[in-house]
Parts: sequence; structure tokens; C-alpha cells
Amino acid sequence: MFELPDALLLARIQFAFTVSFHFIFPAISIGLASYLAVLEGLWLKTGRGVYLDLFRYWIKIFALVFAMGVVSGIVMSYQFGTNWSVFSDRAGPIIGPLMAYEVLTAFFLEAGFLGVMLFGMNRVGKGLHFTATLMVAFGTFVSAFWILSVNSWMHTPTGWAINDVGQFIAAGSWMDVIFNPSFPYRLAHTMSAAYLTTAFVVGGVGAWHLLKNNKNVRARTMFSMAMWMAAIMAPAQIVLGDLHGLNTLEHQPVKVMAMEGHYQSHPEGAPLILFGITNSAQERVDYAVQIPKLSSLILKHDLNAPLDGLDTVAKEDRPPIGIVFWSFRIMVGLGMLMALLGVLSLYARWKRKLYDWKPLHRFALVMGPSGLVAVLAGWVTTEVGRQPWTIHGLMRTAESASPLAAPAVAASLVAFVVIYFAVFGAGVVYILKLLAKAPAAHESEPAHIPVRTAGITPAPALEPESIPGTKERGDGH
Amino acid sequence: MDIDLTVIWALIIVFAVFVYVVLDGFDLGIGLLFPTLEVGHERDTAMNSVAPVWDGNETWLVLGGGGLLAAFPLAYGVILSALYAPVIAMLLALVFRGVAFEFRWRDPGHRRIWDIAFTGGSFVAAMSQGIVLGALLQGIKVGGREYAGGWWDWLTPFSLLTGVSLVVAYALLGATWLIMKTEGELQQHAVRLAWKLGAIALVAVAAVSLATPFLEGAYFERWLSWPNILKVAPVPLLVAATAVAFVRSLRAGAERAPFLLTLGLFLLCFIGLGISIYPYVIPGAVTIWDAATDRSSQVFMLIGTVVLVPLILAYTAWAYWVFRGKVKSEGYH
Repeated sequence: MFELPDALLLARIQFAFTVSFHFIFPAISIGLASYLAVLEGLWLKTGRGVYLDLFRYWIKIFALVFAMGVVSGIVMSYQFGTNWSVFSDRAGPIIGPLMAYEVLTAFFLEAGFLGVMLFGMNRVGKGLHFTATLMVAFGTFVSAFWILSVNSWMHTPTGWAINDVGQFIAAGSWMDVIFNPSFPYRLAHTMSAAYLTTAFVVGGVGAWHLLKNNKNVRARTMFSMAMWMAAIMAPAQIVLGDLHGLNTLEHQPVKVMAMEGHYQSHPEGAPLILFGITNSAQERVDYAVQIPKLSSLILKHDLNAPLDGLDTVAKEDRPPIGIVFWSFRIMVGLGMLMALLGVLSLYARWKRKLYDWKPLHRFALVMGPSGLVAVLAGWVTTEVGRQPWTIHGLMRTAESASPLAAPAVAASLVAFVVIYFAVFGAGVVYILKLLAKAPAAHESEPAHIPVRTAGITPAPALEPESIPGTKERGDGH
Repeated sequence: MDIDLTVIWALIIVFAVFVYVVLDGFDLGIGLLFPTLEVGHERDTAMNSVAPVWDGNETWLVLGGGGLLAAFPLAYGVILSALYAPVIAMLLALVFRGVAFEFRWRDPGHRRIWDIAFTGGSFVAAMSQGIVLGALLQGIKVGGREYAGGWWDWLTPFSLLTGVSLVVAYALLGATWLIMKTEGELQQHAVRLAWKLGAIALVAVAAVSLATPFLEGAYFERWLSWPNILKVAPVPLLVAATAVAFVRSLRAGAERAPFLLTLGLFLLCFIGLGISIYPYVIPGAVTIWDAATDRSSQVFMLIGTVVLVPLILAYTAWAYWVFRGKVKSEGYH
């Protein structure tokens, strides 16, 4: 155990790696489930085949993304115990029930209805099928609800007491635990981020196919829908982010100091540092490009409001400032670019050249993965910004880890990295191959495929021609 | 009388784990038997027989793990960190197994590689789960509220024995599942496998049963001391009766009985384990009451469990009903 500090760092890297990998998949599938529900709803309402084609095009992607989200998620549900056993023991009575509710209300709901959603189009009526799609979309929301409640509680713990063996337990009402102060803001900000992530992926794919052939009505439709989302949701997300930030300032001011790069207190109004190099040794931001008093205006709505800096915080209670400072700027920068794309799309629409303006399509193509990067950057900002705590102000990360030897954690970390890149790399290649094909009229549908009621990852049935002997399956009726 | 919620929660967790073991057991068994099947028709049929249900089955593993964290957080933390290597190996193996399942169909050019991943993932997952069981039975060193042993403590001849035993048992489940779900040459192949695997599995059950009482005084006391031996004797006797029935069912060419009798064997082994361990969750160190979560958490979760688990079970049963009958390589009709 003489190498324990190293084991702790390795465990943190391992958790960060596995959760970041995992987070990518639900970030897409949450938004994509809702997008599919919208497409099917529009198809039922208008009867236009283009919506059905798009539904069939994106549902193939959805199945793969969802599958990878599931298998990487199982790892997460055990890693609390393998690597953070002390945290699990002490926080288990609070976080355990919330996660158990996630399994019972969300995972089984998704598993139950996804099979019908994927293969039931010809088996159940249209209305029931649409219900299944809505249920899956609802399931992804319920899942996010519970897990973000757990996560928010770790940032802003409320409604707890300590029992005689040092565990956190519910002090009274579970509502105080579930609806802790940062939860509504985090839920809104994260859900909105998931929708934006999907919108930009869809927009990027639409732009790619428009660049190749701007007469493809399906590419046009998906691009147009994505650009509406960008135009509406990107500015809305900036507002939600601002509200979330103000909530963080109230409950976790140190995190905001790190995000802003405020090493010093500013009794007469703090500047907004746009860029600079954080220098924690000297406690200053080098080469800072800053706007005087703007930070006070944003955070306190008053140019001259005093803002405390990290100099008011003991060194051992500060998060790693450089990481938080930069990840925050990446997230905000991408958010601004997303809003810019949204505005440009409105301009193009007004000028009636949404489908002809190639620079816009190229911009949208480049911005395709921007949501994924922004989501991860935002996640890093909030999670690293919580350090050195696992439960903010109550339990330190250093006292949360399992008593493991460094070589054990190092070995598992290497295994995770190698296997995740190999396996999920292959999955991403399969997704990109599917996306490279333009959405076609009468996009292939699973004709006579079993209703996979329990199935959540039924790739084979989505492409029946890939299974030997399935082509002549069209007997039946 | 006040109802002891801790005992109820112990039963719920055991139930979730048992459902997982028997449901994913035959999926993993198919993976284990894959190399003995002919490339093409036989493999496709075997895979199609579990394709609709395997991922729903795996959700029970999440419920078992999540439930343990929620109901017995101390046990969850100590056991998983003590058995670090086999648990991580199991998780990674399940990742491999799970995606291999899907990628195999998506990428026919590399089907051989994904087939190997499928079998390898199934083997490592099964072996790891068996090792976890053996390591738990032989005891885990606990100091304060943390694991206090080394990171290789789990590796002993006994844990390897339970690992191999579970691999054999899962393979037997897989073989009897194939007897039930297939026909023709593949079914005959499965019958031949079931004969061999059944024999090995019975030897394995006997070996683990004989070794267990000598692991710890408490186990010996419970199984072999007078008059306890009278009370627990029905378990080995029922195992023997099940074994006889199993042999007769195979000889008679029954299609469903071998699978159901294998499930019965699993259930008896589970009861045997319960007799050994109860009321401990970590044998010799932590009882279920030591590890139990706060009463408020127990009540809060029980409400959801009582409402939702029956729904989940009903749905799962329906899923199996939808896919009842024989399966062919082309899929279901």
C-alpha cells in the first residue's frame, strides 16, 4: 500500500476514462430517441414518406449507439464498488436507492419497448408502435433524471444525516435528496446538451450529403430540422448554462473561481478573462486577455460587485485550476460557435439558400462532432471543478478510493484503454459506414423480423440481408 | 412482529442474482459451446436462439450490482474491491461478448474474429463469476469497513475449482437450452454434449460440496455435525434425485426436461450456498445486518421494487413466450 497516492490517481484516471467513453453514447441516444419520436410523429401526422425514410435511416444508428451505451454502462455500475469502495459504503444508503430506481424505472422500460420500436412496425399498429418509440425516449429521460440526481447530490448534498457508522443517510424526505439544489439546473443543461449534440450530428450528416447532392430531399429535411434546433436550442442552452453557472456560484463558488481563473479576490469588480495561461505556482493568469468588471456583471449583475478569488481558499481545497479553466473555455467557445451556426442558418433560410450555400454546409459538417466535445468539456469542468471532493464539502476523493495496490489499478486501466478503443473503435467505424451512405427513398426496413421484445441491441435484424438465408424470408404475408 | 426488511432485501438480491445466473447462464453457455458448432447454419441457429433475450438477461446483472450497492453498501464496496481482478475481467469480457454479438452480423468479413470474441468473452465472464463465488465462500479479509487483504487473495485452488465448475455448469445450461430450442443434427450434437457436460458438472458439484465444509469451521458445523446433518441432508439427496431424473430424461429423448432439471440443479446449489453463508454476506466477517443500508433507504426502495419487479417479470415471461418453440438459422417465423 506504500504506493497508494499513485493508486488513487490511477483510479481517478480510470473512472474519468470509462465514464467519458460511456457518456458519449447516452449523450447521442437521449437526443436521438427524441428525434426518432419526432420523425415518427411527423410521419403519422403528415403521411410524408421522407419522415419514415429518415426514421429508418437513424434508427440503425440508434441501435448501435444504444448497444455500446449499455455495455459501457454495466462497467460503470460496478466500478463504484471496485475502485471507490469507501465512497460506496458511506454514500450507498443515499445514492444506491436512486441508482436502483434508475434500473427499475428506466433500463427495463427501454429494454421493454425498444424491441417493438425497432421491429414492431409491421407487427403492432401504428399507434402502439409510436407509443413504443415515445416510451423509449421517455426511458432515456428517466435514466438521465436519476443518474443526474445522484450526480447533483454529490455536488450539492442536501437532506442527509450521518449515522453511527459514518454513512450518509436520508435525514427525512427523499424529495430533499432527489431534488437537491443543483439538480434542476444540471438536468436542464445536460438534457439540452444531449439534444444539441444529436442536432449537430444530424446536421453534420445532412450537410455532408447536401455537399454531395443537394437535391436529396431527405438530406435537406434532416439538415433543415437540425438547423432549427441549432437556431433555437443553442441560444437557449447559453441561457441555461448561465443559470447553471449562477447556481454553481451560490453552492460551489470555488469551482467558479477556477472556471474564471480568478486567483485573486476583486473587491471592486472582477474582470472576465477570455484567454490566458493559468499559472498556479505564481497564482496568476499569464498573458491574460480580459475585459474589466465583466465577470462581476455576468455573475452578480453588477459591474462593481466584489468577487472572492482562490486566495480565500486553502490550497488543499482547490480543484486543478488549469483543467477547469480550459475545459470551460472549450465548452463555452463551442457553444458560441453553435449559436453562430444557428444564426447563419436563419440568415440562409431568410435568403432562401439553406440548401445551396456550401460554406454553411461545410461549417455544419465541421461542427458535427462539436456537441460531443462540448458535452465532455462541460462534464470535465463540473467534475474536476468539484475536486478535491467526491461529495462536495463533506467527503474527499482521497478518502473515497478502494484500498487497492497501484499495479492492480494500472493493469485494469491499460485493459480498459486497449479494449475500449478496439471494441468501440470498431463500433464507430460501423456507424460511420452507415452514415456515409445517403438516406435513400424507401430506406430499407426490417420486413419480416421477429419482434425483439427483450432486445436492446438487435443489429442483425436491422439489416436482414447481412444474415445468410434471410433474403427469402419474405413469405408470411 | 416487526418485519425484518434486511432479510427481505437479502432475499431480493439473491433472487436477482439467481435470475441473472440462470438467464445469462444459458447465453454464456451458448458462447462456450460455439467452437464445437459447425460454422454457418449451426452457429447462426445457436446464436439466434438467444439473440432476442440475452441483453434483457444481462439487465439482471445491473440490478444485482445496483441492488447490492443500494441494500448492502458495505458488502458491495468490500466484495468488489477484494475481488478486483476477476470483477474487472468479467466486465471487460461482457463488453466483448455483448458487442461481438452485434458486430458479428454487421461485419461478415470479420465474423471469425467476432466469433472468437464471443466465445472468449463468454469463457472469461463465466470463469470470473465462478472465481468470485469461490473467493467469497473462502472468506474475505475485512479491517474496519474496508477490504484488508492483498490483490491476489482471491486466487486459490478452491476459487479455480468453482470457476471451472461454473464454466461447466453454464455450458450444460447452454447444451440443454439447445436441446429444447433446436432440432435435427444440432439437437443431436447438443444431446451428446449434455451427456458429457452433465457428468462433469455432477463431479464438479460434488467436488465443491465436499471441499466447502473444510474451508471454515462454521461450514463444517452446519453441514456435517450431528444433528444438523439431518436438517440439511435433503439438499444433497435432492441433487442426487435430480441427477437421476436428468439421466433418465436424456435417455428418454426429452426436449424440455433436461433444461428444467439443470435449472433445478442450479436452484439446489443456490440453496446449498445459502445454508453455508447465511446470515453472513461476507462469510465469517460481515452479516447482512452489519452491511444493511439505512431503514429509510430500505423502505424507499421496497416501494418501487414491489411495484416494478412483478411488471418486469411479467414482461420477461411474455418475451420468452413470444419466442417460444424451435428456432432455425434464418431467424424466427
